[in-house]
Amino acid sequence: MSDTTIRLEVFRYRPDNGGPSFQSYDVPYHDDWVVLDALNYVKNYIDGSLSFRWSCRMGVCGSCGMQVNGEPSLTCAAFLRDHMPGPVRVEPLTNFPVERDLVVDMNGFMEKLDHVKPYLVREDEADDLSAEYLQTPVQLDRYKQFSMCINCMLCYAACPVIGRVDDFIGPAALALAQRYNLDSRDQGKQMRQDVIFQNEGIWECTFVGECSEVCPKHVDPAGAIQQAKLEGAVDYYKRLLMPWARRS
Amino acid sequence: MHRRTSNEPGATGGFTHATGQSRDRRAVRLQRPPGVPKITFVNQTRHDVLIIGAGGAGLRAAMAVVEANPELSIGLVSKVYPMRSHTVSAEGGMAAVIKSNDAREHHIYDTISGSDWLADQDAVEMFVDEAPRELIQLEHWGCPWSREDSGHVAVRPFGGMQIERTWYAADKTGFHVLHALFQTSLQFSQITRYDEYFATSLLTADGRCQGCVALELRTGELHVLRANAVIICTGGFGRIFPFTTNGSIKTGDGLALAYRAGVALKDMEFVQYHPTGLPGTGILITEASRGEGGILLNSEGRRYLQDYDLGEPLDVHDPRHPQNRTMELGPRDRLSQAFMHEQAAGRTFDGDYGDYVQLDVRHLGEDRIDTRIPFVRELASNYAGIDPVVEPIPVRPVVHYTMGGIDTDVHGATTLPGLYAAGECACVSINGANRLGSNSLTELVVFGARAGRHAAAAVVGQQLSDGPEIDRQVAAENDRLSELRGRPAGGERVAVIRDGLTTAMEAGAGIFRDEASLSACCATLRELEERVARISLDDSSPVYNTELISALEIDGMVDISQALAHAALDRTESRGSHQRTDYATRDDANYLKHSMAYRTDGDPRIEYKDVVITRWPPAERVYGSSGDKDGKSAT
Repeated sequence: MSDTTIRLEVFRYRPDNGGPSFQSYDVPYHDDWVVLDALNYVKNYIDGSLSFRWSCRMGVCGSCGMQVNGEPSLTCAAFLRDHMPGPVRVEPLTNFPVERDLVVDMNGFMEKLDHVKPYLVREDEADDLSAEYLQTPVQLDRYKQFSMCINCMLCYAACPVIGRVDDFIGPAALALAQRYNLDSRDQGKQMRQDVIFQNEGIWECTFVGECSEVCPKHVDPAGAIQQAKLEGAVDYYKRLLMPWARRS
Repeated sequence: MHRRTSNEPGATGGFTHATGQSRDRRAVRLQRPPGVPKITFVNQTRHDVLIIGAGGAGLRAAMAVVEANPELSIGLVSKVYPMRSHTVSAEGGMAAVIKSNDAREHHIYDTISGSDWLADQDAVEMFVDEAPRELIQLEHWGCPWSREDSGHVAVRPFGGMQIERTWYAADKTGFHVLHALFQTSLQFSQITRYDEYFATSLLTADGRCQGCVALELRTGELHVLRANAVIICTGGFGRIFPFTTNGSIKTGDGLALAYRAGVALKDMEFVQYHPTGLPGTGILITEASRGEGGILLNSEGRRYLQDYDLGEPLDVHDPRHPQNRTMELGPRDRLSQAFMHEQAAGRTFDGDYGDYVQLDVRHLGEDRIDTRIPFVRELASNYAGIDPVVEPIPVRPVVHYTMGGIDTDVHGATTLPGLYAAGECACVSINGANRLGSNSLTELVVFGARAGRHAAAAVVGQQLSDGPEIDRQVAAENDRLSELRGRPAGGERVAVIRDGLTTAMEAGAGIFRDEASLSACCATLRELEERVARISLDDSSPVYNTELISALEIDGMVDISQALAHAALDRTESRGSHQRTDYATRDDANYLKHSMAYRTDGDPRIEYKDVVITRWPPAERVYGSSGDKDGKSAT
């Protein structure tokens, strides 16, 4: 423990009380503190009116994504020591409407998630619960990476397309669509493809890969999008050239 | 699934923030003029079944209602978006008998002996019988269970088990289970979600629970949500302690709702300390690390558990290691207590965040660590700066799970008609005095589904009562919140009260307790209750006022903590996780009973209810290889 402090420059906004501004707070510096610890220090002992989301503080609930010195970050995994001597600028995730202070509006994402039908689709008449569907470790590995998304929204904040095309389904939701498309137990791929390729944004994604770079769980949404685009293009030409052919 | 959103002008964010430094999008676009309504009630909304809490239990309950009766309308209220619920943090796995070397009798016996015979055996039998089907259901809903080469689900050993029976999705089981449940639930139009709504009180009329009042975070509006059945699935309350694996949302809100509605809180004195948390943060290092063969070492490099009646250690390279129900695979309460004895004897390491021992998984090798417990490696390296492949992990006991909760029967029904509870907030009880590892996730789905089914049947033909009884409660709730928000500045700070609470609980009702420590704790809690009434807020905004939510949470936490401390004070025996240094042995003659705490104007009133024994009469809990054989279940 030391007497060192570090300055936070925190984005403040109250919709009922004027425009946005930045507020500075000096908080104790600890080598093993993350930005979230510093924000909680502010909330608890300096200014209880600062609003932000957090819960698990172990990088799995996905609540605490913010811009830390301009980079989309999970604040529970962003160490102050990496930003010494400061200041540390903390802002809400970009590309989202702001509800209040560091809290962004998630509703758009929740709707996009819903659109891609992120669940197993089966043609079975009835669900027979006497046994599990078999799936080998190799089959599991095909989609496992895309199932690791914690919906933290960092990829939306990093995405250059979202900034221009508001209704772009976006990296995380597309990765989840691909997660189910690749699951050997699923039979709903066609349904999902129809949704995905009606969406303009996917063709604008230029594989810059900023989404995959910021992903704290190494989900690689950019890879998922490119896979989906390739399949979509193949599908398009198949339908164009061989309208009688069934999808593989 | 529908998402309920507010259309109030000015109620939502007024602009999109865009300051990406690498891109030229710094403009802040103001879209709506400011102007937010004060606390107001919006019209009543009616559903058939209302579920408060959208983690594993709440989501399973919602889908069980749909399965039971697709005509019913369900309101799903949660103070966080469903995928943020704390189910997400569960790591190791989920128990159910599915392999041919296992049998229901084994799972039942492990659960009952793990509970130190305080579990209700009829409930345990139902739980064990319904567990496999529920886990297969999760599989059919897309949960990416780890697999054998054959394609069947794989199982791993866990503490306190005779036979390995823990299904797992690497070491992010809870994360995968929660996301599978949530994503699956999106297809059901019968479910209307109220994301980021905080339930502040239950509504009762004609002797039945008929809904709740809930605060919408993004607008600050109060909503009256009516239903003929309410299922509370809000999780446990580990956050009343300072050092816990629990996320910040685990504040026991649902327990406070039920307690204030006159329902008993059962077995509150039983709090599980997980033996392996990271010092400082309290982040959990899963028991799966020991199930895979990890060992615990004291500062002398000794596998000290051999000194605590947990059997003899085998060499880590012996193919029989780790042995079920032995050494590192003993039950959590006994392992955490062993740490305390080692600490007292000076055989722990001294660290910045208190004493610790070492969890060593190095002998597993990098490949196995990365396949079976990758999250352990990620967490240890991110939060302790340790790579478990080359260094032992520092660990110490940490509050992990609360066995006690809202008193329910095997259908999740409480004594208040129309009110149900399921999951960690409930106490059926299958966990008794110490929960068996990997039973908690299973409990969410088995009893979430049970509560959902029962509620779905019970609401048919019921009519909501209209009239002054409900109106009075709604008005009183409005007054309570207005009074809190209107208090002049300069009162007590939420965080200071919270610090006082957690300090008092750790000091008075930690792993070891006695009459003096508990009496002092009760007295402190009484003072804190008075101080809670003097909390004032820095934050006057109606929009996303998290300080207001924290104030409401702490109010409930102090309430339910009193139930815990008084139940612990009155239970003059030691059983499972409740260890009284002044009453060191189990006393079946007087305390083979559930404690039942009722709220009064003064101290909680503690009553007792007999434990249900079916075929497993109380016996000694024996662990180690000898106990493995002796302890086999009655057949």
